[in-house]
Amino acid sequence: MINLDSKVPEGNLSEKWMNHKFNMKLVNPANKRKFDVIVVGTGLAGAGAAATLGELGYKVKAFTYHDSSRRAHSIAAQGGINAAKDYQNDGDSIYRLFYDTIKGGDFRSREANTYRLAEVSNNIIDQCVAQGVPFAREYGGTLANRSFGGAQVSRTFYARGETGQQLLLGAYSSLNRQIKLGNVEMHHRREMLDVVVVDGKAKGITVRNLLTGEIESHSAQAVVLATGGYSNVFFLSTSAMMSNATAAWRAHKKGAAFANPCYTQIHPTCLPQHGEGQSKLVLMSESLRNDGRIWVPNIVGEKRVVSDIPENDRDYYLERRYPSFGNLAPRDISSRSAKYACDEGKGVNGGRSVYLDFADAIKRIGEPAVREKYGNLFEMYENITGENPYKVPMQIYPAPHYTMGGLWVDYNLQSSIPGLFVAGEANFSDHGANRLGASALMQGLADGYFVVPYSIGNYFGSEKPEKVDVKGAEFKAAEESVKENTNKMLSINGKQTVDDIHRKLGNLLIDKVGMSRDEAGLKGVIKDIADLREEFWNDVKVVGKADEINQNIERAGRVADFLELGELMAVDALDRDESCGAHFREEHQTDEGEAVRNDADYAYVSAWEYKKAGEWELNKEDLTFESVELATRSYK
Amino acid sequence: MKEHNINLTLKIWRQENATAKGYFDEFKTSVSPHASLLEVFDELNNNLEKEGKDPIVFESDCREGICGTCGMVINGRPHGNQTKTATCQLHMRTFKDGETIYIEPFKAKAFPVLKDLMVDRKGLDVIQQAGGYVSFNTGSAPDANAIPISKTAASLALDAAECIGCGACVAACKNSSAMLFVSAKVSQFALLPQGQAERYERVQNMVIAHDESGFGSCTNTYACEAECPKGISVSNIARMNRDYFVSNMKLQK
Repeated sequence: MINLDSKVPEGNLSEKWMNHKFNMKLVNPANKRKFDVIVVGTGLAGAGAAATLGELGYKVKAFTYHDSSRRAHSIAAQGGINAAKDYQNDGDSIYRLFYDTIKGGDFRSREANTYRLAEVSNNIIDQCVAQGVPFAREYGGTLANRSFGGAQVSRTFYARGETGQQLLLGAYSSLNRQIKLGNVEMHHRREMLDVVVVDGKAKGITVRNLLTGEIESHSAQAVVLATGGYSNVFFLSTSAMMSNATAAWRAHKKGAAFANPCYTQIHPTCLPQHGEGQSKLVLMSESLRNDGRIWVPNIVGEKRVVSDIPENDRDYYLERRYPSFGNLAPRDISSRSAKYACDEGKGVNGGRSVYLDFADAIKRIGEPAVREKYGNLFEMYENITGENPYKVPMQIYPAPHYTMGGLWVDYNLQSSIPGLFVAGEANFSDHGANRLGASALMQGLADGYFVVPYSIGNYFGSEKPEKVDVKGAEFKAAEESVKENTNKMLSINGKQTVDDIHRKLGNLLIDKVGMSRDEAGLKGVIKDIADLREEFWNDVKVVGKADEINQNIERAGRVADFLELGELMAVDALDRDESCGAHFREEHQTDEGEAVRNDADYAYVSAWEYKKAGEWELNKEDLTFESVELATRSYK
Repeated sequence: MKEHNINLTLKIWRQENATAKGYFDEFKTSVSPHASLLEVFDELNNNLEKEGKDPIVFESDCREGICGTCGMVINGRPHGNQTKTATCQLHMRTFKDGETIYIEPFKAKAFPVLKDLMVDRKGLDVIQQAGGYVSFNTGSAPDANAIPISKTAASLALDAAECIGCGACVAACKNSSAMLFVSAKVSQFALLPQGQAERYERVQNMVIAHDESGFGSCTNTYACEAECPKGISVSNIARMNRDYFVSNMKLQK
């Protein structure tokens, strides 16, 4: 059994974080330099944490597998970042952002964590502006906002359709300053392949130098994983090509519980698949749903070109079914609705896409105003599809995008391995069963700038972890096991490539563990994935050598881990015999097709403990709600 | 829209390491016009792996033109012949049936080849570390609306800040200068009130780091602007030059 003490502080919801900060142990400034921290990943959470820990005076070693710390996939986030500033005077507040987030997550997140997220959201905006992030402005010079799915207030700050890029470059700039000052030692092109645990505490990592193939050990008194999500388990997703679960998964195999793996978000507004050779799916910011109207032809087998389909032969299904939120219904609802429309044969040309139409917006505010708001997204669309969205409606379809599940963490963002902290998308913490738009950037930066730097201080102050040497037995053992794994993959010399098997895994998952799931499908797919894993270890072909630049080896290791994680996603989805947020079980829906939660039996976090490949033990953290009433989500 | 496959001959640069002699490897291929160039590479590599041969080493990540990881010289032009397009956004519909395409790594003294199409661009990070930031610590920021910033200034700053750090400007420049890259960051901060305190030290430090990292001088040929996937304007270089000139006066000891 894993100890799942959430360590949520006492007191009123709004006072918990303040009290906790007061009660946490401090490390005096002169002693901070005696403590070292490893940060893996340099996205918003990782770069934010590494920079802030450096500013505080800790000795930081940061790692990324990229050639530069500016390339993490946070950079691709388009639409914006939420904060409870209430600059628009439309009734927003910390409590409302908290409530929207916990409701959007279908009441499957930890109340105190979600509240803290909303609470520090305002500091994030201040921080980013001070860094010189050029957010959109009004003519008077104040910050502009827009609205996003799942909210009825305008609280989203943005920089055209490149908000993630600008926020990441902000964090990158702070990180660069600390590198220059000598507080952060930056290690590029290193992929973490194991976490090293000494006497029950995380004390270091094993990495592969991607240029030489050398296996290296690095030690520190605490380790922060900020290694992102696992959407690439689906093969086709909006994640970057290299995004993977390996760091988190290897930590899981060393004793860190993995929470809610079945909560995976399928984003409603992505470009449809063009063919078999497709390598990834491209997201179009859902901010487009502010002005674009989503519809499908009313008639199955509609053959007319879009301009010939009259108004009354169009089904604006979101506006019809959810009149108050309309096209801004939350992501899970929008995605599932698109899937159903296409399942019925009403997709564009009978295929798997729906229209996202700007004709009315162009009529209402004019093409220049639409261009001003969405210009670069329209350009991107035209670049990829060869069609001009000012003239013909966009075609979109949902795609795997974000994973709410991740390593289990307590209120301090510490995993079930003491000294191992997990930040950003890599943890399961704040979004419950579904994440609202513009909340991922918020969480990454909240964890990185404002939570981990405090809670690590508390860990150092209270636990006083010793330094260890990388020559120790645990480090040697980890190095050996990593090398053995690599050599094993190289020696199989089978017939299928890594991508062949990854693609098969993706097809299994999107079909049975995607937008809707059912018992029979899940039971079947658990076996299919286990078989596919066998296939991998008997029939994969990995070429080249271990001691050189070898991108084939890199991908092979990641897919090997996805083959285990994919099974756990299905196991978790089978256990969770209810519908909630992005997890939709066909067995649990109303006559109108809305998700039906089961709070009596399933208001818990599923924290899975690794036993061996294909075998896990379920630990449950009960979710208690002191401040909110568990309502049925309604966006009607 | 063309639906049928197009036949292409790809001549792709292969090079074992920085010092090895490189050569063009030839591949005949039939591809969907909707596929991206990098998806064609994925398929080539998948076939090479099946045959037990070493796949072509190239870098890419987001495949949305924003992370700056990818970069190839395609028919002599960094990121190919489409304007404001990164390599990963280049689609096969822009090529003609029967065409031969030459693909090489970014070439510059400051970007040594690591293998095949993969180069080392760490000089770009060194420049950013020299001054591409506003010096303040987490937690010390005033309210975000405390300093009004005009829509125009914010917009111009963002035009500059959109640089993805791919290095195409360097590969395009006959002098291998990274001045478009440096000026984009210098301009972003020079245009904003947050950047004023360190404005002149910043431009000095970044220009010095640029020169020390092996990049060449700018002679205003504008090749960088023409190839920049984000369309960063050379007017940023003019702004930087002005600041650099002023900084020489101001910082004179």
